[in-house]
Amino acid sequence: MEFGYPVLTTLIVFPLLAAAGLFFIKSPQVTRAYTMGASILELILAIPLLTFNHSADWQFVERAHWVPQWGLEYHLALDGISYLMVMLTLAILPLCVMCSWTYISKRVKEFHFCLLFMTAACVGVFAALDLVLFYVFWEAMLIPMYLLIAVWGGDQRRYASLKFFLFTLAGSTLLLAAIVAFRITAGTFSIPELMLFPFTFQFQFWAFLAMALAFAIKVPMFPFHTWLPAAHVQAPSAGSVILAAVLLKMGTYGFLRFCLPLTPQASEYFAPMMIAISIASILYGGAIALGQEDIKKLVAYSSVGHMGFVTLGIFLFNLRGVEGALFQMLNHGIITGALFMMIGAVYERSHSRQIKDNLGLGKYLPAFMGFWGLYALASLGFPGTNGFVGEILVFVGAFQKSPYIGACLVPGALLGAAYMFRVSLKMAWGQPSCAKTWPDLNTREWAYLLIPACFVFYIGLAPGLFFKVIDPSVEKLVSDFKQRNTVEQKVVAAAPVPAAVAAVVVPAEPVNN
Amino acid sequence: MEFNPIQIVPELYQLLLIIALFFQSLGDGSDTPPAERWLPFFAGFGIFVAIVSWGAEGLIFGGAYKLDALSQFMKLAIASGFYVTVLNASRQPSLEERKRPDYFMFLALSAWGLMILSSAVELITIYLALEISSYSLYAVIPLRTTNGVGDKGAAEAGIKYILFGAVATALALYGFSYILASQHTSYISQLALRTWTFDGAPMAVVGLSLFLGGMFYKLALFPFHFWCPDVYQGASNETAGFVATLPKLGAVVVLVRLAVLLKPGLEITTLLAILGACSMTYGNLCALAQKDLKRLLGFSSVAHAGYIMVGLVSGTAMGLSAAVFYALAYLVMNLLCFWVISRVASDGRNLQLDDLNGLYKRAPALAFALGVGAFALVGLPPTIGFMGKFFLITSAWDHGYNWLVITLVLNSAIAIYYYLGLVRHAYTHEAGENVPTPDNSAFSVAGASILAAVVLVLGLVPGHVFDFAIMAGKQLLP
Repeated sequence: MEFGYPVLTTLIVFPLLAAAGLFFIKSPQVTRAYTMGASILELILAIPLLTFNHSADWQFVERAHWVPQWGLEYHLALDGISYLMVMLTLAILPLCVMCSWTYISKRVKEFHFCLLFMTAACVGVFAALDLVLFYVFWEAMLIPMYLLIAVWGGDQRRYASLKFFLFTLAGSTLLLAAIVAFRITAGTFSIPELMLFPFTFQFQFWAFLAMALAFAIKVPMFPFHTWLPAAHVQAPSAGSVILAAVLLKMGTYGFLRFCLPLTPQASEYFAPMMIAISIASILYGGAIALGQEDIKKLVAYSSVGHMGFVTLGIFLFNLRGVEGALFQMLNHGIITGALFMMIGAVYERSHSRQIKDNLGLGKYLPAFMGFWGLYALASLGFPGTNGFVGEILVFVGAFQKSPYIGACLVPGALLGAAYMFRVSLKMAWGQPSCAKTWPDLNTREWAYLLIPACFVFYIGLAPGLFFKVIDPSVEKLVSDFKQRNTVEQKVVAAAPVPAAVAAVVVPAEPVNN
Repeated sequence: MEFNPIQIVPELYQLLLIIALFFQSLGDGSDTPPAERWLPFFAGFGIFVAIVSWGAEGLIFGGAYKLDALSQFMKLAIASGFYVTVLNASRQPSLEERKRPDYFMFLALSAWGLMILSSAVELITIYLALEISSYSLYAVIPLRTTNGVGDKGAAEAGIKYILFGAVATALALYGFSYILASQHTSYISQLALRTWTFDGAPMAVVGLSLFLGGMFYKLALFPFHFWCPDVYQGASNETAGFVATLPKLGAVVVLVRLAVLLKPGLEITTLLAILGACSMTYGNLCALAQKDLKRLLGFSSVAHAGYIMVGLVSGTAMGLSAAVFYALAYLVMNLLCFWVISRVASDGRNLQLDDLNGLYKRAPALAFALGVGAFALVGLPPTIGFMGKFFLITSAWDHGYNWLVITLVLNSAIAIYYYLGLVRHAYTHEAGENVPTPDNSAFSVAGASILAAVVLVLGLVPGHVFDFAIMAGKQLLP
């Protein structure tokens, strides 16, 4: 389809140009308005994406040589899996600008520069179909996020930002080695082409481990989650929103995009481990969240639990599980993003994130508490909200796989209800109330809280459209996965390595040869 | 082949500069324009001269001097690097006015030696060129004054550099005698035909290892790196900016030429790989603890010397191209960092990490450029550092040294901590007492932005420059 301009490239380049334009602006107020305008224009530029047709094909493809000597390509496209993530990224940007309107008062220009840079890199991560291009965006995004936490964060921002950077970078260095190994073995960096290449099991084994480490740290899965609470608590609310809504999704997106299609046998082999770690994340995250006194930390730990549902869904390898994982990714982005914005809003009033400093808001801030209640219910998966759709799908998938896995999820869901009710009850009716002099939500806050609320109900009550978008891609993913695994197992059973394959495939060597 | 002076015009031009500076240094400087005023223009013109002789090819001076894609590529890089370092040094606060012509003469002489080195394909020529470039640096390093008197640290650094240099040279010569004794030739093209296994020619292998030691000394590869942090710290910021960048380029070009001898699997290649791994790990670990900025960059260059080994041991044309490209990347990134350091320390002091505090407010452009430089040195996209590193590991994977590649990527994770420290101090700390006043003049900002732009642009579209590196690599290992 033709729209007169390359849509995905525009979505990546426009925020960068807009960010460069910031240098010519002096006043903070104009900076905010300008970035708001730019983020809305970005959404308008994304209108052609609405013509996405509901199939598993790559759409909005853009392909050009980048560094031909090494076979690097500038290759962008979307399918059902990445489509929703790109949309989520674009939708989050204006919300971030709105929720930092008064929250950020120093170095406003640089702050918005980071936000715009961040958006460009995130869109790039989800749209890239060349491994190296993906890696470029993946790493480039660390820099603005580091600055968001390190410059505008709380008291321990330096510690938190450094930890965030070190964890994610350490994880992704081996991803780079895996990318190179893919290229040397299969002769291409193109993800769609790599999906067709039969890698030996030994190769898959190491490649999976290298990739899974990078993605598991990003998700983050227990026991690599320790950077997350620190980063979330210290980040400014817009930073937390992007972190929760977009960055964490990159890890699970990586599992879906790379681990399952490229290393199917190894994924199958490691699935029990991944499922066990996911369940550990769910239970551990929930249990720790139950004991938190800091609201932001509580929501951060709840993220660990929610993302556990996502990784669990992915490694069930059935349709419902993967669908549930994708829904949960989207929902977690909306709900947790909204919760972090609310924490930012209440922080501006109380200047504290402690539960005990934010008691009894129900009477004085009814609108705020109403929204909080809505998102809290959505977060614990109350029927009628979007959280329910994602969780029930993962549950169905888990019980399909094995009743034992399903049984392990039940306490996880209960924990979710427990910690969310605990904090919500205290915030609504706790005594003595701290909120007597606080104003309720203003128009701007209404605006940025109402938009996610619409999606909470829309996805919760009528998820049909979203199913249509993701289903073809998910079906293709799952059926390819199953087919490749059965074919390859047969091949392996018949002859260890067929001559034709052996000629192409250099047996992957263990790293310490 | 018929010798035509037009082929070596960059060297001749550089020699002309040296002679001019020499004559200026004879007088008391009162009746001539100061060297730092006129030299930048002429050094800038040197870049054009290097471009003019771009296509030169041939084997001259009895087969000892080769003009090919690699040498011309390197001469251009050296001429450009010389231009930047001269510009950088032209506002040197810790250099007495009357010593400037001498100072610049030695810099030019060193660059001249490196130009010769990039064309030398015979071991004696290589040795002589190496010495020309080293001897002039011995004289330059102690040239630093603080408060009107000579700097003791700089003198100490100079002596260290000479002593280490002398030992390395002695080792190299000793090794060279072994090579000559057992292989009966000093031409690299002839040497490439001989056997280099330890069983076949033990004496030659030992000799080559020792000879390479001389190069490793220039490159500051572990265990020949001990001078590096001390010299960087002792020398003035601008001198360190020269020592840290151009001589590395010269060492790399010789190693690339010698790499035709180093087939993967040979003992000596494995030795190189091990030294590379030690160098990057040791350099990065030591850099973690540094507080002095130049010392930190010194250990960082030890680590980078290790990275370059990854391309050299792969034994493929792509590997050599990647090593050449990485050397170029290293040159640009370090020129950028030293440019910022020299401009921030406008009073010529040694910068500590704390001196960077609040730089974003005092000099936003320099802070941004420093950030770009630091992220490039880590190897984060979208900078030339990432592309260079990526090419290195792609070329080296599956040539028997996968463990070296894994060491490299793991080292990036260690390195991020101290490079991030630069950004952290510049952006998140507030300025304390007694911080230097950075130079925010148009000259300083323009230089920093141009170098930062080069780092970013070559990181996004490295294709065209890399073509030249490939040309050079293919010539050596078809």
